[in-house]
Amino acid sequence: MNACLDNRQALQLRRLLEAGLPLVPRPYRRLAEQIGSREALVLEQVRQWQADGLFRRVGLVLKHRALGFRANAMLVLDVPDEQVDAVGRLLGQAAGVNLCYQRPRRLPQWRYNLFCMVHGREREQVLGLIEALLAAHGLSALPHQVLFSTRAFKQCGGRYAPPAEAAHG
Amino acid sequence: MDEFDRALINRLQHGLPLVRQPWEALAEELGSMSETLRARVQALLDDGVLTRFGPMFDIERLGGAFTLAALAVPEARFDEVAAQLAAMPEVAHNYRREHPWNMWFVLGCATPQGIAETVARIEARTGLAVLNLPKEETYHVGLHFPV
Repeated sequence: MNACLDNRQALQLRRLLEAGLPLVPRPYRRLAEQIGSREALVLEQVRQWQADGLFRRVGLVLKHRALGFRANAMLVLDVPDEQVDAVGRLLGQAAGVNLCYQRPRRLPQWRYNLFCMVHGREREQVLGLIEALLAAHGLSALPHQVLFSTRAFKQCGGRYAPPAEAAHG
Repeated sequence: MDEFDRALINRLQHGLPLVRQPWEALAEELGSMSETLRARVQALLDDGVLTRFGPMFDIERLGGAFTLAALAVPEARFDEVAAQLAAMPEVAHNYRREHPWNMWFVLGCATPQGIAETVARIEARTGLAVLNLPKEETYHVGLHFPV
């Protein structure tokens, strides 16, 4: 099977997909028309990318606020370096924690090295959840802060493919 | 936004089947019509509940890079700086947070070098120091967010 697009078409397809899947009965045929290819080849390419693990996720970008999740908290903790992996794995698996990352300290401006995102409908509920979570794991004594967001200025799926000209060389 | 929309959003977070007619397949699964599903998704996009729909590339696996960054913006300049960031395609989200570091945003670039250049550009344009916090380890990324 020689189902593949040339490099230029593959890059065009990537850029089109980054803008979103067309909301039509046969989206891959629409994409194929846009890049001068055939539906079967486009579908094969997308399946290949999927199989290669190049898709981070399906890519539904939700506006949490519009859904009533108004309390968006970033919990940051200062965890001793030798414990950060264990604590990260623990908190990362906890109910209510959507994302959990280790990031560098930037002393003296920034001392925290573990970041968890917690979304909820109400601020008090989120604070309660966080404090209960820390208490349950014996982590309440770790220096930590909860940074609630108060406004969202820009929330979109990023577009990272190189500009069109790059496709030509 | 009703119960059907919620069910649809929750289902879509698991992906659309990679077939020629994905909406037909989904309609069969949900006991609906494909036109109805597309119209609902379009309405959610129009309402701003969804801001995009479709497969999303893992840009790190494609050689790209992300970082989380923050600025401590003087109150009087907050909106001005937010507008400066909003105009930059590398800025994917920007939130005001209650903290002396009051502006938090994600940068996404095609290359790690692009991140460094973008940070330098933000510092030059705003005159403010950027706190650049690239992730060093991922412990969990929630793929599914029940609504």
